[in-house]
Amino acid sequence: MTTPALPQTEYEPPRRSWYKRNEIAITPWLFLLPAILFFMVYVIIPIFQSFTVSTVAWDGLGEKEFVGLDNYRELLDDPAFWTSLRNNLIWLLLYLLAIPAGLFIALFLNQTVTGIRIYKSLFFFPFVISQVVVGLVFSWFYDPTFGLLNAILGFVGLGPINVLGDPTYVTYGIIAAGLWPQTAYCMILYLTGLNAVDPEQVEAARLDGAKGWKMLWYVIVPQLKPATFIAFVVTIVGALRSFDLISIMTNGGPFGESRVLSFYMFEVALSEYGFRMGYGAAIAVVLFLIMLCFIAYFLYSMYKEEKGH
Amino acid sequence: MNKTIKASLATLSAAAFLAGGASAQALTGDLNIFLDTSNPAPRATMESAIADFQAMHPDLNIETTIIDRDAYKTQIRNFLSANAPDVATWYAANRMKPYVEAGLFEDVSDLWAEPEIGENLASTKGAMTIDGKQWGVPYTYYQWGIYYRKDIFDELGLSEPATWEEEKANCAKIVESGRACYAIGTKFLWTAGGWFDYLNMRTNGFDFHMQLAAGEVSWEDDRVRQTFANWRELIDMGGFLENHQSYSWQEALPFMTQGDAASYLIGNFAVAPLREAGLSDDQLDFYQFPVINPDVPLAEDAPTDTFHIPSGAKNKDNARAFLRYMVSTNVQTEINAGDALGQLPTNAMSKVDDDKFLNEGFAMLSSNSPGGVAQFFDRDFPAEMAKVGMEGLQEFMVRPDNLDAILKRLEKSRERIYK
Repeated sequence: MTTPALPQTEYEPPRRSWYKRNEIAITPWLFLLPAILFFMVYVIIPIFQSFTVSTVAWDGLGEKEFVGLDNYRELLDDPAFWTSLRNNLIWLLLYLLAIPAGLFIALFLNQTVTGIRIYKSLFFFPFVISQVVVGLVFSWFYDPTFGLLNAILGFVGLGPINVLGDPTYVTYGIIAAGLWPQTAYCMILYLTGLNAVDPEQVEAARLDGAKGWKMLWYVIVPQLKPATFIAFVVTIVGALRSFDLISIMTNGGPFGESRVLSFYMFEVALSEYGFRMGYGAAIAVVLFLIMLCFIAYFLYSMYKEEKGH
Repeated sequence: MNKTIKASLATLSAAAFLAGGASAQALTGDLNIFLDTSNPAPRATMESAIADFQAMHPDLNIETTIIDRDAYKTQIRNFLSANAPDVATWYAANRMKPYVEAGLFEDVSDLWAEPEIGENLASTKGAMTIDGKQWGVPYTYYQWGIYYRKDIFDELGLSEPATWEEEKANCAKIVESGRACYAIGTKFLWTAGGWFDYLNMRTNGFDFHMQLAAGEVSWEDDRVRQTFANWRELIDMGGFLENHQSYSWQEALPFMTQGDAASYLIGNFAVAPLREAGLSDDQLDFYQFPVINPDVPLAEDAPTDTFHIPSGAKNKDNARAFLRYMVSTNVQTEINAGDALGQLPTNAMSKVDDDKFLNEGFAMLSSNSPGGVAQFFDRDFPAEMAKVGMEGLQEFMVRPDNLDAILKRLEKSRERIYK
């Protein structure tokens, strides 16, 4: 009031709000916030919770009792755990067959013939139907008494085998069922990849006299690297998610021989007879550590890729 | 002060009155019922029984939720602790123990103190008792035994066996005729538990079987081995359906209807699908599991299904009235009739429907099971032991040579589970 109104000598910018001043830095975080929040609540925090639950004995209803590393010690001594772990590794290895199989089907279908679209969609069909249906179809196919497989085997004079009832074959039988849709998935990835293959390079290679396997291995496959990477990622993830096929086709049996870690975890912690949350969480932690290897590898290769460009 | 005392006295007497003559007094408020009776016939039965209850209490707001029978087994944990209904179905004996111990079921010993329940339901009281208190009421039970194809037995000149020797002789003849003696599907494991129950109760008796269930006996005990030795005689003979580990119990039924298997050790619930598949009562018959060791009294499996009040229920008085209603003499007769549940009423004053198998089963359980009545392998043994146990039983049926490794594994589990 008392200060005399001096004439303004210097330009003073109008006062802006705090948000306006920091807009560029803040806005991306605001957009990320909902995703971060839900990712924390549903993924990150539960991971740490599994770590804590794995150190207690708890039936999911009553009091928790701290037991330290007892659950892990028991895992080491549990044949069912080792069977599941072994099956998990078999799944991871054999499931990768989907990648070359998908590549060859894609190469085979990558031509212009009348009606090729129909053939492509027919090959893609198994990926569209639900895993549950795939499991049912294959368990009928394998049925020891009425199944098609044994009818065919009988036709060529081989004895009947009960694929899903025999502990030596059961995991391979389920993996074969899983490969059917997974191959289709890899095929579609390669089909899109093949569209991006540079025809000029193929032309040049041809002039240099490359053909057949050499052409494929040195010219085509390197250009399909992005497709191969994605196919590898989805196949690994698919192998680790093999739960539904096992549940539908054998329910873990016969006598637990087809279990994988995720199914065993479900059985001990959440199923009809499962009341051991701590033990289940310990299995989940082991499974998480296995996945962590792959996740780290994927992140690393993506990071390298981005740096390279 | 005076007023509150008076008011609470009034509520008390009202509650007492309700307890005395539930059917006379119309109930008000809410009643939230969760059922696992999802199969068509049980579902219709329960819905009509609840509709009758509604008609008796028009001002009561009843809400019924029917959950798939298998999904219910995993969901019960969540809804009992998070969002408890007023009434929930479940199973008797050890199967309810985890929920009783966690304090999730209401103590209903007061209902059992009433003569209509305490006296009429006396035969199942033991199965509902943990720590000297009762935790629910049973609404139905059913017998187990050997259902067989009478026409095949006649064709081969066989009669119902009463002893183990006769049983084996019969089986030898059936196998000779190119059939399997026993249909069974062990994909979901529990059917193998039925065989073990009977073989163990016939070899070592009911009391021994219960000691084993309570974890008081080693799985490597010679008496347990004797049970498996008896079982093995049938396995080595080729008595059981081949590839049974790939089938559910329902998927094993066609072998029986098509005449590829002559008999089936199963619960009375198998009768309805067998009849639907075209077997007449002339073709299908029933006999009690034969005597193996004449020194032990006969004992039977008769699984009991039950109603409970969750301790988190909001309308416990209404729930108690509903429990009283469901086990009352007339309702028991009605819901267990052949065209309803087709099982045995738990109320001794109720009438057993005039059905060949229900009559035989009722006679067997009431007069020819002096040793005792067991619930079933996965209801008498604690959940974890039942799971590893049934897996071992299935493995034994497929690979009998692995017996030593199986028993060792079970013994190790026993030491951990019952500590």
